[in-house]
Amino acid sequence: MIVIKGLTRSMGGKAILRDIDLEVRDGEVMALVGPSGAGKTTLLRIINMLDRQYEGNVTIDGIDAGASNNMDLRRSMAMVFQKPVVFSMSVYDNVAYGLRLRKVPRAEIDRSVKDVLSLLDMAGRENEYARHLSGGEAQRIAFARAYVLKPKLLLLDEPTANLDRNNVAIIEKAVKNINERYGTTVVIVTHSLHQARRLAGRAAFMMDGELIEAGDTHEVFESPSDARTRAFVSGDMVF
Amino acid sequence: MGYIIDGFIQAILLILSLNPEIVDIASLSLKVSGASTLLASAIGIPLGTFITLNDFPFKRLSKNVIYTLMGLPPVVAGLFVFLMVSRAGPLGTYGLLFTPTAMVIAQVLLILPIITGFTITATRAVDRSIIDTAVSLGAGQFHTALIVLNEARQALLVAVLAGFGRAVAEVGAVMIVGGDIRWSTRVLTTSIVLETRKAEYSMAIALGIILLTLSFTINMALNLIQGERK
Repeated sequence: MIVIKGLTRSMGGKAILRDIDLEVRDGEVMALVGPSGAGKTTLLRIINMLDRQYEGNVTIDGIDAGASNNMDLRRSMAMVFQKPVVFSMSVYDNVAYGLRLRKVPRAEIDRSVKDVLSLLDMAGRENEYARHLSGGEAQRIAFARAYVLKPKLLLLDEPTANLDRNNVAIIEKAVKNINERYGTTVVIVTHSLHQARRLAGRAAFMMDGELIEAGDTHEVFESPSDARTRAFVSGDMVF
Repeated sequence: MGYIIDGFIQAILLILSLNPEIVDIASLSLKVSGASTLLASAIGIPLGTFITLNDFPFKRLSKNVIYTLMGLPPVVAGLFVFLMVSRAGPLGTYGLLFTPTAMVIAQVLLILPIITGFTITATRAVDRSIIDTAVSLGAGQFHTALIVLNEARQALLVAVLAGFGRAVAEVGAVMIVGGDIRWSTRVLTTSIVLETRKAEYSMAIALGIILLTLSFTINMALNLIQGERK
């Protein structure tokens, strides 16, 4: 369970996140939605321990994510970024990367890589050079590389931005799969309210570094309590 | 003009005849410059990567010093090593002066800043998202550095080649600490200087052709290896 209390993050004197309180429950899919510059990605990076320059408390399963350099905690989660990031190596080596770090036996790596590539419609592409893939394929490999670790917590930063419908469908199916099959907690940043509806049981709306409201996705989108959320979900807010 | 053409013809004949002295000189050049490049790479690549990936006091100053030393004149490097290894110097007891070991030390000193500096530039050019991805997948400092080096490998190859090129082509440092002793510390560059002074142009040209061919072959071989890995 992720518990965030009084989280404030400033950069160059400007508050990127302001006094955020949020809980993410074990095994749920939570969508972080909001206009650009709301601080969603920063929040995700803080949860992922990539950014520790903040005030307030962020605990994951009771461990302080800011103070701890706990490798077990880090390896209990994985993150997929908006921009498809693949290493300059084969598809197989990309997907196997995290497993090798965890010293998983070779036979198990082979099996896991094959399974996840099949799930992401990339079966038989193991030996291709990852940098030669299209943007959508590269993002599927980036997703596969995180999925194959079966992390306790999966952080997704607009993983389907700029992807075509086919790639979006494949990745969304895999998000549902990892959540249902392994009970992985998923926090997904998305600009698409449709995607948030399709994937997330709960949603949090952020704007200008503030958490405006969080709750059941249906409630947040259908009967928001704050006028700003209403404007956002109705499409009246230009962002 | 005739003596140049004549020199070229005789040079080719000297090379084709596998003149023992030429073979010895070329082989020592390769050994000394190869060893110094390997040593400088073994130190400079990790050092440059460390400087890029870590924050520490005087980081900017360290980088400026390294970039400045990239232009270190060979004779200054040679003089420094000479003072260190000469009989009265701190390393005088090891008897290194006028040995290939002293030449290697001088060349390492000369090309270490080049390889380190190029490594800093190469690793800095790696996209931050690569580092974030590796860290988010559970890579510690060592494995993150390996990923960065893998991404920067083309530029690192240039760093190593630049280091080797500088080492094999320099004359001042090896002349000072090696002494250009026949059958012992004579390398291609020092021989070219000597043969030119003696007006033995065909020998000088032959050595020049060998030097260029060696550099070209090593560059090509490394580029081919790199191309195959891609």
